[in-house]
Amino acid sequence: MAKATNTEIIDLLGEKFGEQLFDVTEPYGLLTFSTTKDKVINVLSFLKENGKINFNFLTDLTAVHYPEKNQIAVVYHLHSMVSGIRVRLKVFLHENDAAIPTASTLWNAANWMERETYDFFGVKFEGHPDLRRILNMDDLGVHPMLKQYPLEDPNRVDKKDEYFGR
Amino acid sequence: MKHNQPVYTDNDPQSELVTLNLGPTHPATHGVFQNVLQLDGERIVSGVSTIGYIHRAFEKIAEHRPFYQITPLTDRLNYCSSPINNMGWHMTVEKLLNIQVPKRVDYLRVIIMELARISDHIICNTIIAQDTGATTTFLYLFQFREHIYEIYEEICGARLTTNIGRIGGLERDFNDIAFAKINKFLKEFPVALREFESLLNRNRIFIDRTAGVAEVSQENALSFGWTGPLLRATGVDYDVRTSEPYSSYQDFDFEIPVGTSGDIYDRYLVRNEEMWQSVRIIEQALEKLKAEPKGIFHADVPEFYLPGKEQVYNNMEALIYHFKIVMGEIDAPKAEVYHAVEGGNGELGFYLINDGGRTPYRLHFRRPSFINYSMFAKMSEGMLLSDAIINMSSMNIIAGELDA
Repeated sequence: MAKATNTEIIDLLGEKFGEQLFDVTEPYGLLTFSTTKDKVINVLSFLKENGKINFNFLTDLTAVHYPEKNQIAVVYHLHSMVSGIRVRLKVFLHENDAAIPTASTLWNAANWMERETYDFFGVKFEGHPDLRRILNMDDLGVHPMLKQYPLEDPNRVDKKDEYFGR
Repeated sequence: MKHNQPVYTDNDPQSELVTLNLGPTHPATHGVFQNVLQLDGERIVSGVSTIGYIHRAFEKIAEHRPFYQITPLTDRLNYCSSPINNMGWHMTVEKLLNIQVPKRVDYLRVIIMELARISDHIICNTIIAQDTGATTTFLYLFQFREHIYEIYEEICGARLTTNIGRIGGLERDFNDIAFAKINKFLKEFPVALREFESLLNRNRIFIDRTAGVAEVSQENALSFGWTGPLLRATGVDYDVRTSEPYSSYQDFDFEIPVGTSGDIYDRYLVRNEEMWQSVRIIEQALEKLKAEPKGIFHADVPEFYLPGKEQVYNNMEALIYHFKIVMGEIDAPKAEVYHAVEGGNGELGFYLINDGGRTPYRLHFRRPSFINYSMFAKMSEGMLLSDAIINMSSMNIIAGELDA
């Protein structure tokens, strides 16, 4: 099948979801858009099941923490192997209420990816069959990829920016 | 009671399930991961996989390091084909910075990446053979991995954790000895590979142990996010090299082998065929290199390309750029980029968010081992323990990448 274009996809999505999709950009040609956590499963299933675009593959699922906005963005990378195109979907959650419906009902691959995201960011995936930590030990107590947890002691003298004129 | 006769009691141990801890450090698991299996005799009733034993916070460390200092983190991911990880990372940064590398660099990179793919597949296929009891084939083909390491050593001085990649090109040019070694490899390896195939492809024991074992449907493979030879063995011809050609893969003529049933035998055959295709690609790349001007091994981007020591000592500009690059002052745009390459065991993806600071704001690595392995416990259910062992080796799970 010929490669679908970003315009075709966004037109198709716009028809169906309208204002519920926002922040549409194309960094380095990869169609990126956001939706809300209430709509995310609808959008994902539409992308997966629509015969024209057929995003049958969940490439990647992860999160990004933006402490200055008090937000955590859950990021999905989908791939349509049929029409050979990728999209990126983002859902911004408030960091105090980081909960989102699970995508493991759509792709089995989401199971471990969501466990990893929970482990690192504390995002709760509602309806996940087995939401446990996966890489860190069970009694770690924190979600280490959140920005408030520094990698090492920031007071180390040789790491201070002021010594480098920054 | 006769001496030899077994005694049956009400709590017959044979009627109970046995819990077996396969791993974390079991010789048959090829890495540090644990599977708690419930066994009914030799048959697996259920299993739970536990990973993370060598998790080293790849992503967290990467958030605190400038681009160049992330390189040594990447080649410790899939250490069986570390140059692919290196190149993948540098190509991601190049995409972010909009750097075009010269064609010659692309071809040199393709040669290194295809050698790495062969090295990766040698390990996986010989280990499948080893786990079916064929140690000879393992030892026989394994020496060619050593030859590949010698080529790496000639190219960059390191064998396992190669660091030849740079943003904008390579650390140094290939010397004549490296080319001689590559040519020698291209001459000798196909002979050995053909012999390896003739020892196994129609071997009754090997076929009995692998054909029809651990079959996976296309639908399941796609749902579990499988990529690489595992997915292709099910019949899906998805390969990042052809679907979204990076570096210079669009210039080469090669085929994507696919299987039909997705069983272990198909995975083995797909990998073997991929090694043949890799040889083909390297031969073409060497041919194409002849038309490219010699001595070019990086793009002209002094503000991003780490200069060699000789320049740093003798050239003021180079010294300044060196300092700026090492101190992480690369002037990168605020952007996010996803770049994928075809690793030895599937799609290796780098998702990089840059906010213009000294270090990536966020770096996420799509690790094929992590995603492929998530099916293991589930697909082992109903399988014999001995088959599950071969299944694991056929999945080519690398613990360093799995745990990242």
